Amino acid sequence: MTTHRIRSAFYFLIFLMAVWLPAAQAELALNLSEGVTEFSRDVYQLHMIVLWICVAIGVVVFGAMIYSIAKHRKSKGNKPAQFSHSTKAEVIWTIIPIIILIVMAFPATRVLIKMEDPKDMDMTIKITGYQWKWRYDYLDEGFGFLSTLDRKSNLARQPDSGIDPETVPNYLLDVDNPLVVPVNTKIRFLLTADDVIHSWWVPALGWKRDAIPGFINQAWTEILKPGVYRGQCAELCGKDHGFMPVVVKAVSKEEYRQWVAQMKGEQVQQAKMDQKTWSKADLMAKGQEIFETQCASCHQKNGQGMPPAFPSLVDSATVKGSLEGLIHTVKFGRPGTAMSAFGNILTDSDLAAVVTYVRNAFGQRDDTVQPQDVAAVTQS
Amino acid sequence: MSHATTHEHDHHDEKPKGFVKRWLLTTNHKDIGTLYLIFALIMFFIGGAMALIIRLELFQPGLQFVQPDFFNQLTTVHALAMIFGAVMPAFVGLANWMIPMMIGAPDMALPRMNNWSFWIMPFAFAILLSTFFMDGGAPAAGWTMYPPLVLQGGKNVAFMVFAIHLMGISSIMGAINIIATVLNMRAPGMDFLKMPLFVWTWLITAFLLIAVMPVLAGAVTMILTDHYFGTSFFNAAGGGDPVLYQHIFWFFGHPEVYILILPAFGVISEIIPAFARKPLFGYTAMVYATASIAFLSFIVWAHHMFTVGMPLGGELFFMYATMLIAIPTGVKIFNWVSTMWQGAMTFEAPMLWAIAFVVLFTIGGFSGIMLAIAPADFQYHDTYFVVAHFHYVLVTGAVFAIIAAVYYWLPKWTGHMYDEKLAKWHFWLSVISVNVLFFPQHFLGLAGMPRRIPDYATQFVEFNMISSIGAFVFGFSQLLFVYLVWKTAKGGEKASSRVWKGAKGLEWTVPSPAPHHTFQDNAPVNDADLAHGSAH
Amino acid sequence: MSQRHVDKKARKTIGVTLGVTVLMFGFAFALVPLYNVFCEITGINGKTGRVSASEVNQRDFDPNRTVVVQFDGTVNSALPWQFHPRQVSMEVVPGKLYTTEFFAKNLADRPVVGQAVPSVAPGEASLYFNKTECFCFTEQTLQPHEEVWMPVTFRVSPDLPEDVHVMTLSYTFFNKGGLTPAQEKAGQGSHATGR
Repeated sequence: MTTHRIRSAFYFLIFLMAVWLPAAQAELALNLSEGVTEFSRDVYQLHMIVLWICVAIGVVVFGAMIYSIAKHRKSKGNKPAQFSHSTKAEVIWTIIPIIILIVMAFPATRVLIKMEDPKDMDMTIKITGYQWKWRYDYLDEGFGFLSTLDRKSNLARQPDSGIDPETVPNYLLDVDNPLVVPVNTKIRFLLTADDVIHSWWVPALGWKRDAIPGFINQAWTEILKPGVYRGQCAELCGKDHGFMPVVVKAVSKEEYRQWVAQMKGEQVQQAKMDQKTWSKADLMAKGQEIFETQCASCHQKNGQGMPPAFPSLVDSATVKGSLEGLIHTVKFGRPGTAMSAFGNILTDSDLAAVVTYVRNAFGQRDDTVQPQDVAAVTQS
Repeated sequence: MSHATTHEHDHHDEKPKGFVKRWLLTTNHKDIGTLYLIFALIMFFIGGAMALIIRLELFQPGLQFVQPDFFNQLTTVHALAMIFGAVMPAFVGLANWMIPMMIGAPDMALPRMNNWSFWIMPFAFAILLSTFFMDGGAPAAGWTMYPPLVLQGGKNVAFMVFAIHLMGISSIMGAINIIATVLNMRAPGMDFLKMPLFVWTWLITAFLLIAVMPVLAGAVTMILTDHYFGTSFFNAAGGGDPVLYQHIFWFFGHPEVYILILPAFGVISEIIPAFARKPLFGYTAMVYATASIAFLSFIVWAHHMFTVGMPLGGELFFMYATMLIAIPTGVKIFNWVSTMWQGAMTFEAPMLWAIAFVVLFTIGGFSGIMLAIAPADFQYHDTYFVVAHFHYVLVTGAVFAIIAAVYYWLPKWTGHMYDEKLAKWHFWLSVISVNVLFFPQHFLGLAGMPRRIPDYATQFVEFNMISSIGAFVFGFSQLLFVYLVWKTAKGGEKASSRVWKGAKGLEWTVPSPAPHHTFQDNAPVNDADLAHGSAH
Repeated sequence: MSQRHVDKKARKTIGVTLGVTVLMFGFAFALVPLYNVFCEITGINGKTGRVSASEVNQRDFDPNRTVVVQFDGTVNSALPWQFHPRQVSMEVVPGKLYTTEFFAKNLADRPVVGQAVPSVAPGEASLYFNKTECFCFTEQTLQPHEEVWMPVTFRVSPDLPEDVHVMTLSYTFFNKGGLTPAQEKAGQGSHATGR
């Protein structure tokens, strides 16, 4: 290679750096986050140790290569040596990597043992993965709720939304109901899934763990700093795998107690909601909100769906047919199709609202469905 | 083989007339090799086109071009096309062309089976790709095909499983052929420890293939029966275990990784000594390192599954076993550097690609060591860090080695020299753009971007953009390669039989282009022609 | 080395390699039972063992050691049932027999068959978790709106490693299908729709 070629390659590299530097100035996340648990900090340190060992090995190996490429070239009149092996050298570069690997294995083993040893836990939260949302059950408190992609992100991510993701705060990393946990508390997580394998991951906690249908997995954490920590499902789980974020809100123990009391109050409230008779306007407003978070990912915001897997709701026979049949479809699903059962996921008042909305918006039928109507429909 | 070196264009160079006889019914190892290589190139562009649609969608956040479901179909079929359609057939093509010439054999041991094993491939991929045009589309559960997700697939499940069965049958037939050829067809004097490393690595790869391709066939068969016949191998409701599938799959999948890279090690071990004009350093160590990598590849599979919730003992075992692989791999890299050391190097295209291979494959090896550390893998797993890792070992590893091999042997195949200036353009465009493409993906993964997502949070915008730009430059640079190969096949400067001054091995003792039938009888091998002859 | 000699040798190679291929295809299927044996030995996937009552109480144990067993019930969304444990957790002495109950109710207007799949976390602990009576051993049929309390009798082995302090017994109930009217008339019960 002639020198002018080297020079042009060099100029190209400078050009690349010029592209990269402004990017780097925008405070881009380049590295693992240190996180907010002891485990995540251990992992971060481990990561840095191994990274620097690799860099050091790289400098030696690539350094030798570059020196050799610069010096041992035919154009410099170098006469090729004819050696073809050296037992001494080969033993050395077998032994040295073994030593380096042992050095890496010690801290790795220590950190792993710590992760797999959940002792003296203060509370237990069960995480269930669904396509495509999470359910959190506070086993000691006796309540639980679903956590779905936030409505703003959900609207912006639709293919023809026309909304610039940059204008949506925490685009794709926000949910309607975050997982609220106390800080400085050892929390055991039990993970399972309803349909396919999911993986629950918050980088700031330092780990991810698979949620597998029919099996229970465990993990634990103790968050040291209050704050909101965001993550995503990490295991491909179907169409909307990219749209099931995890948000953990770590609060002080006192705030957590208040929040638990409030949630329990809301449960009583929820029971009342299912008893009362709603106005049509309230049902429509609530129904639209639920439709856009729960249904629009398949049936689309405009109800047109994506046939054949996700049929259009507009003027569909089911939507226009008997009210009981429509409620049944939403509540118990359609076995053998992508339509899942929402009976265990939404409350009766939510179901009433969404059925009212679908019926009016897509079926052109002027009906009102009350929570009591939903309760009356049982699986046939 | 004296007759071969004395007559240029001798009387053995009689090719069958007509397209059907020449290509469809061919039993000639060179023609079949060419077919494999052309097929691999086509699949490389089909898989590459899918990759470019993926990178186009990921150029900016939001969904602009494809629906999420189609995105998943693209990532799934991109992987299957590249692994089973591009890299594996390309190496089988190289093996077909070169192994008989390298060991002094007249042809492959089983020429008719060779024909079938190639002609199955286009059908297998026609079936796989046809699923794109079906109701419900192509398989979308990832190339790893994890249940229960894969069982949600529609009609495509049967087509995918059947296509994989065909690919498996083809690979197994190819592997049996290579084993039979190497074990039985070596010319007198071609002892095992005189064989070129490309032959050695392929022999070991062929054993890996017959050991693990049937396991994959078994795994996908179980998916088929779970989907259509009501069995419950992987269905928790029926007492099955979805994690069992992952164990079976990765029992195949990890050796598969080495199936994709061991022949590349062989190619690089041929090229570097030729251009350093110096014997390969540590030939025997290289053979043993290859064998130990192949052995270790059977006991590390669960490092793909650290997050499924294994007991501590299992996690520790698979972590230590995985770290061990660094040792034989390190030996290989040190030996290549030592081969270059004190040589008299020139930097023609094959050498440039080989050097890029050593550097960039090593970077992929480094991220591999990082991924082996189980507690850190709880963070890295299923992120773009993994995507960066396996593209460094498979694109700048396997694919670069294939391109290096094509430049190295193209003059022998066509009888013409390729255009060195254009080849250098191809190299520099590729090597720079491939790093722009994949290096930022390390950062994306560490910053928390999961794999296989069609849309992403706004903190990942910049690096995705850079990565996509790299992807397009890299993708379109490969058109230059097609042009170069086509141009060389058509004509150009005549190549001598030796082609490269420092090259050693039997393939350089026959004229360029290599006659249709090379070695007619069992002429004894002359050690002076060999790369690893009397020196050992 | 004559051509015929080569062919003979090659034939042997083909025979051996084909044999390996067939063997490995079988091996993939053999992995299914092998994996279950492996899991029973290592507890890798949290599946629990089953022992008869006579095997229990054979061994001395430390009456002062206690561990906490948590209970959890999951209903797969395809099953129109309610299902939950009577108590969230229980302090047990490894070695002793205990009984707890799970509640199940069929919310549908027709009989529905369910199958519970047990799972224990941490996986290692499943080796030491023995159930002598469990509703998960057979399919369960519930009549329309029927409610049942289903007992589980279990013993945690005194061999449980010292470092395990809490373990979770979780059941997931899956739908095994409903009964057709004809089956109902014939009075076929829990094995009606078993695969």
